[in-house]
Amino acid sequence: MKIIAFCGAGIGTSAILKVNAERALARLGIDAQIEATDIAGLAVAAEDAQVILASPELVKFIGKTYADVVVIENYFDLDELTRKLEIALG
Amino acid sequence: MRLDELPDDVIELRARAGDWRQAVRLAGDALVAGGVVTDAYTERMVQVVEEFGAYIVIAPGLALAHARPGPDVLHDGLAVVTLDEPVAFGHPHNDPVEVVLALAVTSTEGHVTVLAELANAFNDPTATRAVARATTPDAVRAVLTRTQSES
Repeated sequence: MKIIAFCGAGIGTSAILKVNAERALARLGIDAQIEATDIAGLAVAAEDAQVILASPELVKFIGKTYADVVVIENYFDLDELTRKLEIALG
Repeated sequence: MRLDELPDDVIELRARAGDWRQAVRLAGDALVAGGVVTDAYTERMVQVVEEFGAYIVIAPGLALAHARPGPDVLHDGLAVVTLDEPVAFGHPHNDPVEVVLALAVTSTEGHVTVLAELANAFNDPTATRAVARATTPDAVRAVLTRTQSES
């Protein structure tokens, strides 16, 4: 299973999202690969991804995709991440 | 780059910003003062928000300003600016911002450790307020290195 953590520059915010999504997946006992990427890399990275994690501001930059787009409001809220990942992957 | 060794030069407390651009520029100025980046990087951090919106406001009250690695980044670094008056960035849920972190890295790899440390600190929902209320750089470093039991 592959999950994308998406941000504008591919550093910083997507890396925080990746770290905390990994913690949320550990809580859920789900094994998945999480890749941080920027807008330039998104199309290729998302080809075989099940889920794209993004902030509300960035959803409009995600093109056509078969992945579930999950909007995360607070990147530091492990409860929000866990709840939304559980729904998306459940 | 270690959060417990963050120099005083890159920490500016109770600064005044009239809008989000000024807030991001203050954080950029702190990176410049710390010898981390040149002024060009500050403008690139502003451009990221102009291009992609206020997604850098990643939690209530907290912005993580950043741009891609480039020749204007001299070494990896982080700056912390707290705002005397919170400023709206235009985020649908997390405005207004009272703490601006600015991150600069020389490569897309290798900055994960410090971001995991930041996550350790800010996974505590009281951390942003605690940084905002800090009156000394030592108090900021203390919050940034406060690690949650869960990791």
